[in-house]
Amino acid sequence: MNALDQIFVSTLHRLAGFAPASARPLVSMLLIIAGLMALFGTCFALATILERKTLGRMQNRYGPNRVGPFGLFQPIADGVKMLIKEDIVPFSADQALHFLAPLVLTVPVWLAFAVLPFGRNMSAIELDSGILFFFAIGSASELAVFMAGWSSQNKYSLLGAMRAIAQMISYEVPLVLASVPALIAAGSLSLPAIVQAQSGFALGWVPRWNVFTPWGLAGFALFLIAATAESNRCPFDLPEGESELIAGYLTEYSGFKYALFFLGEYLGLFAVTGLAVTLFLGGWQAPAPWLQWLPTWGWFALKFSALIFLFIWARATLPRLRLDQLLHFAWKFLVPLALINLVVAVAWCKSGLWQFPAALEIRWLLGAGVLAASYVGLGRSWKGGYPERRQYNYAQ
Amino acid sequence: MLGRGILRGLIETGRNFCGSYYDPARLTTVQYPEEKLPPQENARTLPFLVYDGQDPLAGLRCTACTICEQECPAHCIRIVKDTVKKPDYLGKMQFHPKVFDIDAMVCMSCGVCVEVCPFDSIKMDRVFELAQDRRALVLHKMNLAKSNQYYREIHPTEAAAVDAARDEEQRKARAKKAAAPAILTP
Repeated sequence: MNALDQIFVSTLHRLAGFAPASARPLVSMLLIIAGLMALFGTCFALATILERKTLGRMQNRYGPNRVGPFGLFQPIADGVKMLIKEDIVPFSADQALHFLAPLVLTVPVWLAFAVLPFGRNMSAIELDSGILFFFAIGSASELAVFMAGWSSQNKYSLLGAMRAIAQMISYEVPLVLASVPALIAAGSLSLPAIVQAQSGFALGWVPRWNVFTPWGLAGFALFLIAATAESNRCPFDLPEGESELIAGYLTEYSGFKYALFFLGEYLGLFAVTGLAVTLFLGGWQAPAPWLQWLPTWGWFALKFSALIFLFIWARATLPRLRLDQLLHFAWKFLVPLALINLVVAVAWCKSGLWQFPAALEIRWLLGAGVLAASYVGLGRSWKGGYPERRQYNYAQ
Repeated sequence: MLGRGILRGLIETGRNFCGSYYDPARLTTVQYPEEKLPPQENARTLPFLVYDGQDPLAGLRCTACTICEQECPAHCIRIVKDTVKKPDYLGKMQFHPKVFDIDAMVCMSCGVCVEVCPFDSIKMDRVFELAQDRRALVLHKMNLAKSNQYYREIHPTEAAAVDAARDEEQRKARAKKAAAPAILTP
């Protein structure tokens, strides 16, 4: 069991053992990089086909089912198509920036995977402030998006990029604020430490994951919403709204650069989903003591896939927001709720010292009550940017 | 409360997701080359020329009157009259088309030619799998001529009415012919 759990780590050590001792750290790093890129590259390919098939099923149609068995070779066909397409750069575009933007989007996203713990002892580098590194790297995608929009010399690109900047900066705030309670509870900025802090079982069977606390549940929901917006997915995909902006900052991209943008977007989603699993769903921990026979990376993969499915589900369900609704939602609803959640989390941690009977239940009820009341209150006060309903005389 | 509509929507899509595996009747897609919907009687794609009898060229109803050529909004029909006249189904002497071309690329399937034809000669077809590897989209007389049986097959109601009217005309003409000599001979 332990051998299976640590199979990737032991294989890495064995492979790196062939290298001379002085080159061993470098070789093992390169092996990890190759492994991560292969794994998440495959994940990207699978996610595109599974997303299209799931969306199809949710809209009562078959999705792609022509290429290969059940259409599973569709990503290969798409990849070949993207590779052999002509790469058109607009005449008046800023050539250098136009070329660099997809790279600037994709490279930091790969870097973000370096700190995620995919299983026991399975994070590429164990930074003491891993989550700080993650968010710092993640904010580079805003730069790339604006580079793409600005360098294209196209009004739709620029509008899309400006929307993207407004959206990503707005949603970065609730994203970080929603993850702060998990840091407070763990008392550390290191992601493996956060996972370790969620180990064990309360009452013998409820896992001590952050999501099973009132602030964790609220933080998880806030984090997922903000993550959807951060990775420009439906219903927050205004920057590339096809119906109003053609494709936003992607308008002037074609061929493999376009594919790189998609790769970057999906990888960004994967990274932020991995972070959600780590912060709130107990990372690689098993949900019950008798389920610990499954390898830790298997648990991570299961939770990860479930969350990806949730994102696809939301995409199939929700229509796109308007820009003012989007920003109202971030600043008037998510940010206040995240701040209240922060206070609740601090109170929860401080009240951990209560010794009287039924202390846990009282803490739970107090925290959940405050959060539910503020959710309802904020939800009522926030009108979502709806204008006054216009009365028509003839066109009712 | 905020979010109730979102939850309801999620339930709906979730039900679709499970239901489409459990109950294939939910899937509205017709997977075209393998599955085909039954053809509809009032479907119309391109015009064709009806002929009676066995020989496509001899039995053409078309009399090269060029009304359809003049009325066609897209100008996709080209007719050249023959120089000799031949008797039609009523026994009248009529011209026949030497050339009758329809440019399928230009035709917009409006059916105006069918509306204006006084001889019930041009009708709408329902073929639609016309893709081919050559640019042979100008349809000539030979390709356009299709039998009355085919017409009856694809548009049964309409063809029955046309046939009845033509039979009636033919009967009247024959009666007239039979009556005419009686007046002339004495």
